[in-house]
Amino acid sequence: MKKLVQDFEVLQRKELNDDHFVLDVKALEPLPEIRPGQFVNVLVKDSNTTFLRRPLSIHFVDYERNTISLYIKKIGDGTKKLGELKEGDTLNIVYPLGNQYSIPNNANTLLVGGGCGVAPLLYLAKHLNQAGNKVTTLLGVRSEKDAVELDAYKEYGNILVTTEDGSFGEKGYPTQHSILEKEKFDYVFTCGPEPMMKAVAAYSTQKNIPCEVSLENTMACGFGACLCCVTETTEGNKCTCTEGPVFNINDLKW
Amino acid sequence: MVNLGVKLKDLSLKNPVMTASGTFGFGEEFEDFIDLSNLGGILVKGTTRHHREGNPYPRMAETPSGMLNAVGLQNKGVENFCSEIYPRIKHYDTNILVNVSGSVIEDYVETAAMINDLEHIPAIELNISCPNVKEGGMAFGTSCASAAEVVKAVRQVYKKHLMVKLSPNVTDITEIAKAVEAEGADSVSLINTLLGMAIDAETRKPLLSTVTGGLSGPAVKPVALRMVWQVFNAVKIPIVGLGGIMNAKDAIEFMLAGATAVQIGTANFIDPQVTEKIVVGIEDYMKRHNIQDINDLIGALQVR
Repeated sequence: MKKLVQDFEVLQRKELNDDHFVLDVKALEPLPEIRPGQFVNVLVKDSNTTFLRRPLSIHFVDYERNTISLYIKKIGDGTKKLGELKEGDTLNIVYPLGNQYSIPNNANTLLVGGGCGVAPLLYLAKHLNQAGNKVTTLLGVRSEKDAVELDAYKEYGNILVTTEDGSFGEKGYPTQHSILEKEKFDYVFTCGPEPMMKAVAAYSTQKNIPCEVSLENTMACGFGACLCCVTETTEGNKCTCTEGPVFNINDLKW
Repeated sequence: MVNLGVKLKDLSLKNPVMTASGTFGFGEEFEDFIDLSNLGGILVKGTTRHHREGNPYPRMAETPSGMLNAVGLQNKGVENFCSEIYPRIKHYDTNILVNVSGSVIEDYVETAAMINDLEHIPAIELNISCPNVKEGGMAFGTSCASAAEVVKAVRQVYKKHLMVKLSPNVTDITEIAKAVEAEGADSVSLINTLLGMAIDAETRKPLLSTVTGGLSGPAVKPVALRMVWQVFNAVKIPIVGLGGIMNAKDAIEFMLAGATAVQIGTANFIDPQVTEKIVVGIEDYMKRHNIQDINDLIGALQVR
């Protein structure tokens, strides 16, 4: 898959809550094939403290509109500046980067997301649904106001939520949700904070279900040149950007 | 038609723009973005005698106008380079230089000797300046005696162009440059990264697993320019300048300070097409200033 560096046009910025937003950006040339789990590396302008690009999961791809959606949490000045982009602004993007989630056929699949780690799961849900899988997306958030875009997930399957304060869905963490014991899943996919992913991995291991995780890492290049973003695997250090971000839990030293 | 060609002694470059080792993989990583044959040369990832896993994560920290890295020369060793990587990249229509690093002199010598046999590798860059390996590495490049010793030993087995990459983490870089020149170095490249560190005040922890690491990017450019200028006035062998070059203007500045060629490093991470843009930008500069031959720019700084 050829990697590109291109200017995109900002179409829309949707505020989801206090610190999360979705940025829809339009490619000026037809989009190449983009697989679920892949990411982009975006150039932030006008931020004195942001020197490197910011790697962001691809949240959704709309080939009809020729757009990519990015699900972003405002953390530092770089992501804050991205949150100030307006319709018509330009965003320079290196993409598509990284590997992809596996897409089984006719399986009962569970997607577990937490925090801004939910970013790649919507596009994954779409692909899983298209391949004839049953899709259950389980989102773990702090509170009701963080349970966003639920209708979008509903397009592709079942959507369940846990909140830490119990204001919506089941109270607790996603790995405490009752569905995990009620239903028998064939595949588990997860992205989110590492403790959550480790808990999901432990559940999958215990139930003997294949599990893929998408890892986050600090990157300089995003395409395998700098060797900064390594993850320890059973076969030694691997670049999260090129040999990940999606890993099977059996290959990680978890 | 302006002349962009330069020569590092016997080594001809179609233009002065090369890539810095450790920022350009083996060139393959950039094939989607640029045409490698448009570059004067590429320096492939640091290669050692034996496989190295590198340092633990985290290996990188962003800093104001730059970044710290502590990769620690992760590579699969010279034998793997010769058998697996070299056959894949040897057809590139540009100069391919291998950056050679080591912990002990014998490692440098054995690695250089093996690369000497590779037909399509016209030069090596001897890395006596990596701040991220516990033993050897930068230690060789921070005293005249050890720098001279490793260059002398490699010179005996390496018959092609021998470039030596110098560390800025020294009191007087001109003394090191003179010492390696005296032992037969054909050129010097400078600067490698500056030793630095970054701390997270909230967690009271260092941002790198190794605590200290190598600083690169525009933050180091003034230091690099100063050192190129000093070395230019101290040695006769050609200089390859690097350190925070982000665009053609920066590259021209290094040439005016005395560099015959330049290497582009950290900028490749931010814009994977930057090297090609710099070649075009240098040509534009020459046209704008009515300069026919780029060699007229080397050391052409006008000091009042």
